[in-house]
Amino acid sequence: MASSRKTSREPILAADGTPLKQALRRSQKAERRRAFALVAPLLIFLLIVFVVPILAMIWRSVYNPEIRGYLPQTAAALQQWDGQDVPPEPVFQAMAADMIVGIENRTIGRAAARINREIPGARSTVMRTARQVDEWSAPYREKFLDADADWANPELWRILKRESRLLTPTYYLLAVDYEYNSQGEIAPRPEVYQVYKGLFFRTAWMSILITLICVVLAYPISYMLATQPARIANLLLILVLLPFWTSLLVRTSAWIVLLQQQGVINELLVAVGIIGDDGRLRMIYNRTGTIVAMTHILLPFMVLPLYSVMKTIPPSYLRAAKSLGAHPFRAWWRVYFPLTIPGLAAGCILVFILAIGYYITPALVGGDSGIFISNLIAQNMQGSSAQLKLAAALATILLVAVLIVYWVFNKLVGVDRLKFG
Amino acid sequence: MALPSYATPVERIWHYAFNIICGLIFFFLIAPIIVIIPLAFNAEPYFTFTREMLTFNPDGYSLRWFNNLFGSTEWMSSIRNSFIISIASTILATALGTLAALGLNRPSMPARGLITAVLISPMIVPLIITAAALFSFFARAGLSQTFPGIILSHVVLGTPFVVLTVTASLAGFNETLIRASQSLGANQTRTFFKVILPLLLPGVISGALFAFVTSLDEVVIVNFMAGPEQTPMTVRMFSGLREEISPTILALASLLVALSILLLSTLEMIRRRNERLRGMSPG
Repeated sequence: MASSRKTSREPILAADGTPLKQALRRSQKAERRRAFALVAPLLIFLLIVFVVPILAMIWRSVYNPEIRGYLPQTAAALQQWDGQDVPPEPVFQAMAADMIVGIENRTIGRAAARINREIPGARSTVMRTARQVDEWSAPYREKFLDADADWANPELWRILKRESRLLTPTYYLLAVDYEYNSQGEIAPRPEVYQVYKGLFFRTAWMSILITLICVVLAYPISYMLATQPARIANLLLILVLLPFWTSLLVRTSAWIVLLQQQGVINELLVAVGIIGDDGRLRMIYNRTGTIVAMTHILLPFMVLPLYSVMKTIPPSYLRAAKSLGAHPFRAWWRVYFPLTIPGLAAGCILVFILAIGYYITPALVGGDSGIFISNLIAQNMQGSSAQLKLAAALATILLVAVLIVYWVFNKLVGVDRLKFG
Repeated sequence: MALPSYATPVERIWHYAFNIICGLIFFFLIAPIIVIIPLAFNAEPYFTFTREMLTFNPDGYSLRWFNNLFGSTEWMSSIRNSFIISIASTILATALGTLAALGLNRPSMPARGLITAVLISPMIVPLIITAAALFSFFARAGLSQTFPGIILSHVVLGTPFVVLTVTASLAGFNETLIRASQSLGANQTRTFFKVILPLLLPGVISGALFAFVTSLDEVVIVNFMAGPEQTPMTVRMFSGLREEISPTILALASLLVALSILLLSTLEMIRRRNERLRGMSPG
C-alpha cells in the first residue's frame, strides 16, 4: 500500500518507461500526422493546380511590369519629376540610355508597342527617336524636342510616369467602365464603350430573377414529393433527377429545338391557329431564352435541398395548427414555411452562385440581350494581352462577389446543408 | 396526400388545382428531354415534327442521323477523346478524393474547417473563372492543348464531389464494426477490405459517377484548353449548336439521355443496397 502511494506522486509511466503525458502527446501528434498525410495529396494538388493559378490570375490583373522593365532608368528619373511642363534633362538622359539598351536587346519595339497602347500613334515617335539616339550626346533634351514635337507634350510623360508603376488599377477601372482621361484623372468612359457595369448589373438581376422563378416552381413540387407515399414519390423524383443527370448541352439544345422560330412550340401554335405564320414568337436568342433555359437547368438544384428538408417535417405539425384553429394559409405560413427555410436558403445559394457564373447556356440561347458577364470574360480571354488582363480583372470581381455571397450564406445557414443527389 | 372526406369545397378545388400546377411543373422539367428523342429519328433535316412523324408514317422516321454520327470520324474521335478524358480524370479524382475524405473524417485532423473549405472550393468558384485561371497557368506550363492538362483540370472539378459523397457515407459509419472485426481476429488490411470498404463503396461510386459526369459534360475549360487533337464531343456539340445545327447533334443528345438514365438507375441501385446494408447494421 505504501509503495503505491509513493508512486502516485511520481509521473505515471507508459509501458516503455516514458511519462504517460509525453507518450500520449507523441501518439496524438502521430495521429494528426497520419490524418494529414491522407489529405495531403489532394490538398497539395489543389494548391498547385487550382489555388496558385487563381492567385496568379488576380496578380496578373494588377501587374504592370512593361514600362518599368523596358525603360528602367526613365521610370526612376520620372519619380523626381513633378508632372508640370516638359521634364528636365535627367529624364531625357535616362530615356536616351534606356533606348540604347533597348536597341541592343531588341526590346525597344515592345516598349514602343506598350506605350502605343496608351497613346495611339506613339510607337513611331519612340522608334524614330530610338534609331537616332546613339548618334547624340548630352544634353539630350533639345535633341529630343527637335527630333519630334511629341516629346514636348507633358501628357506623354505623365502617362509614362503613371504606367511605370508596378501595380495598376487600370484594368479594374476598365472593368467598371472608367478610365484615365487626358489630364490623368479617373473619369467615366465614353457612353458607347460602357458595357461592363451594365452587364454586371444584368448578370445580378437575371440571376436573382432565375433564383426566384426556381423557388416558385420548386416549392410546390418539393412539397408534393415530400408528402406523397414513398412509392409514388420515388417515381416523381425520377422526373427531377433525370434532368439533373442529363448533359447541360443536351438540355440547352432541347430548348433550342423547342423555342426557335421554326421550332416545336411555334409550329404547334401556328398549327392550332393561335398565332399566324408571320406572327411567330421570338422566344430564343434573347433574354427570354436565357431565363427559360437556365431556369430549367437549375431547377433540380432548388428542388433537391428543399425536398430533403421537407421530408423531415412531420405532417402532424400542420394538422395540429389547423386543429388549433389556424386558417390553412396561416398554418402554412407560421408553421410549415419557417421550417423549410434552411432548404430554401441552400437551394437559393446554389442556384444563384451557379447562375451568376453561367457561360454555356447564355452563349447558346442568349443572343445579345441575354448574355452574362462570363461571356465577356470568355471573349476577352481570346484577345490581346491587355484584354487578357481585363478578363482577369472581370473574373476577379466576379470571384469576389461569389465569395461574399457564399460567406454571407455560410454565416446564415452553414455549408453542411449543401447536399447532392 | 389523399383528400380527407371532410374537406370543404374550397379545399377540394385547391387540392386539384395544386395537383395540376405540380403536374405542369413536372411536365416542364421532363418534356424538353423527352421531345428530342423522336426528333433524332427525323427523316428530314428539320428540328421539328413533320406531318409524317405525327401520323406515325414509317417514312417519316429514319436512322440517318445516327448513321451520320457513327459514320463520321470527327464525331467518333471526339467521343473517344471525351471518354479518355473522363475516365482518366475520374480515376484520379476518386483516388485523391477518397483518401482526403478518410483523413478529414479522423477526429485528430488538424485545421479541418480551413482544409475542407479549400477542398470544396472548386465547386463554388464559377467555371469561367477556373477556366480563365487554368488557361493561362497551363499555357505557361506547356500543358495547354495536351491531354494531361485537360485531365488535371477535370480532376480539380471532380474531387469536391468525391470528398462530399465519401464524407457523407463516412458520417453514418458505425465505428464499433471495426472493433468487432478486429476482436474477431481480422487484421487491419482484412478489416479495411472486408468491413470498411464495402460500407464506403456506395459513397465512392456515387462520387466517382459525379466526377465522371462532370468531366464528360464539361465545356467551358475544354473549349479553351483543347487543341484539335483533343477536341471532346462537348466542344464539337457546342460549336455545332453555335453555327449550323444538324440533327446529328440530336442523335448524340438522345444517346446521352440514355446514358444518364443508365447512371440514374446505377445510383438508385446503390442507394437501395446501401439502405439494406445500413438497416442490417446495429445502431
